Amino acid sequence: MENNNSFLDINKKQYDFREDIIYLEKFPNGLSKEVIENISKIKNEPEWMLKIRLKAFEEFSKRPMQNWGPDLSHIDFNSVTYYISPNDKVANNWDDVPEKVKKTFEKLGIPESERKFLAGAGAMMESTTAYHKLRDDLTAKGVIFCDTDTALKEHPELLKKYFGTVVPMSDNKFAALNTAAWSGGSFVYVPKNVKIDLPLQAYFRINAQNVGQFERTLIIVDEGAEVHYIEGCSAASYSSDSLHAAVVEVIAHKDSRVRYTTLQNWSDNVYNLVTKRAHAYENSYVEWLDANIGSAITMKYPSVYLKGEYAKANILSVAFANSGQIQDAGSKAIHFAPNTSSTILSKSISKGSGKTVFRGLVQIMKGAYNSKSFMKCDALMIDKESKSDTIPSLKINEEDVQVGHEATVGKVGEDQLFYLMSRGLSENDAVSLIVGGFFKQFTKELPLEYALEFNKLIELEMKDSVG
Amino acid sequence: MFTIVNFINLVAIYYNMSFLEINNLNVSTQDKEILKGINLKINPGEVHVIMGPNGSGKSTLAYTIMGHPKYNITSGLMTLNNIEINSLKVNERANLGIFLGFQYPSEISGVTLTQFMKQARKSDMNYVEFFNMIKSKMSELNIDDSFIKRSLNEGFSGGEKKKNEILQMAVLEPKLAILDEPDSGADVDALKLIAHGINNARKNNTAVLLITHYNRLLTYVKPDFVHILHDGKIILSGDYNLAEVIENKGYEEIIKNNGK
Repeated sequence: MENNNSFLDINKKQYDFREDIIYLEKFPNGLSKEVIENISKIKNEPEWMLKIRLKAFEEFSKRPMQNWGPDLSHIDFNSVTYYISPNDKVANNWDDVPEKVKKTFEKLGIPESERKFLAGAGAMMESTTAYHKLRDDLTAKGVIFCDTDTALKEHPELLKKYFGTVVPMSDNKFAALNTAAWSGGSFVYVPKNVKIDLPLQAYFRINAQNVGQFERTLIIVDEGAEVHYIEGCSAASYSSDSLHAAVVEVIAHKDSRVRYTTLQNWSDNVYNLVTKRAHAYENSYVEWLDANIGSAITMKYPSVYLKGEYAKANILSVAFANSGQIQDAGSKAIHFAPNTSSTILSKSISKGSGKTVFRGLVQIMKGAYNSKSFMKCDALMIDKESKSDTIPSLKINEEDVQVGHEATVGKVGEDQLFYLMSRGLSENDAVSLIVGGFFKQFTKELPLEYALEFNKLIELEMKDSVG
Repeated sequence: MFTIVNFINLVAIYYNMSFLEINNLNVSTQDKEILKGINLKINPGEVHVIMGPNGSGKSTLAYTIMGHPKYNITSGLMTLNNIEINSLKVNERANLGIFLGFQYPSEISGVTLTQFMKQARKSDMNYVEFFNMIKSKMSELNIDDSFIKRSLNEGFSGGEKKKNEILQMAVLEPKLAILDEPDSGADVDALKLIAHGINNARKNNTAVLLITHYNRLLTYVKPDFVHILHDGKIILSGDYNLAEVIENKGYEEIIKNNGK
């Protein structure tokens, strides 16, 4: 089972390192109308996008910080830089990526993964995408996979049609912030009936300190098409905070299938405040597989709006909160159409002083008869001071529906440990085994390479957990 | 440095001690005294049976030898192969070759038997070799193939859990196997397989400490010694025939004649 492949040989250093990068562009810290205009200008954007940005900036400015969830009052929006770029163009050949940037992604194993098991890869550092490449045969079939800035230049009609339609700027303060300051992110278009065999992957990296990273991802899967998109992220660790506020919009047309997998491993000085939502049309199937291991505070609730009859959603999320971390995660499934179904499964572990919160919402609108939903959340606490909250919500406005909910909260039991240790496992190994088993329903859904990486990350978090 | 362990080892060698030696063991839990001066010697290949009414301290003895933190040794000494084990951690005892077959094995979600056993045995075998080894042990015990893929003990019937414990014993090949009521919850077929597993271990020179309520299992596993535990003390020891006496007369009469 063990694989000695260098890609899998992970330790903390593999993620927490800094490259001494020369930045071609770095805006002074803070956000203003002028900063927004400069971002748009540097990108040479069409006027309509600048208008959207400015409107969103207004929305962001007037909107108070949300009064629920973790305390975000100490985020200082003026202490981060809103545009910082180590490169002036997106390469489609790793040799054209600036040396230190390339080195970073090599250390993270991106080019190697791309060669081995990806249909396309993207790599973004700070505010800009450094590399993007799609397999040639997929380009020939009409698949588009590029950074969102390039998409705005080359496919403005698609951007105009879909941008902000799934996550409007008015959705929340951070969606407004992203819409105002967005830069980079992935754009995916899969034409009718094209099924992409291997995953597309994007990797997001924060190398500098006090960075605001606002990637904007838009995925459009046309009728009968299929795609699996995977994103990973990590950052160099600093004592000052960085802000990552992404918006992800997914449009799953009739009969399509979309799986969106996230392995979030930010360093513990990153605030990760992300809005992810999909619109699922008739008979489509949308899956979010969302893992949150890193960051100081994460607030993220991947959602599916089931808008077409027989649409299905599967949202599987896992969270690991180590000491000092808050993982405020969850899922939403909103049923607008009849005969739609959704399953939500959340597994979370809190360790040391870490805290996990599950917020789940299942809403069945009037008219969405014969819909089904099942929501389950399991929380496991490793230590006495670990915390976990479960906040499920069911809003049912239709009679002929089936909705179920289950929740479990547990501790690693003395008897379980004794049982495993009685076979010769150390206490650490026993706890790790229990934790690995707890997350199994998630890891078994991942491609092997990612399952191994996920397990290694959890092992790192579990190291020296006891005694 | 000359430690207490060195000293005990020297004494042990001098007196030609047994493989497992328990001397005047007193154990309490939550300030309640459970074991009150247990003495027991077990040698490789021997099968010792502990019988006794409910609450006499049978499971406490099993858990204490394995090292459950819930039980405090207030006095007495346990040695395995001349090594003092009183203060060793559970996994250290396991690594010396002690195995406990649980009366109520824990359920571990998402962990398969193969994964668990590979880690427990610290085997150099590759995954396929190990998988095949477990499979052959499984067919020997007539255990269904599906065991290998299911989460450890999760949703297992009582009999399946017991067979799974015997299977783990077969895989780990311990030097001392303590089996806490391996027969409870097992039907006749399961009972025969469990007995077969115990006899195999005995053939491989494993010392066996078997805790049971019933004679049923003993028709398939002939013990060398039978001990009656009552109120934390071994009140009577004998050979296989003692089990028959209990079966015929019940504990009460024996306790009346031997209990103090």
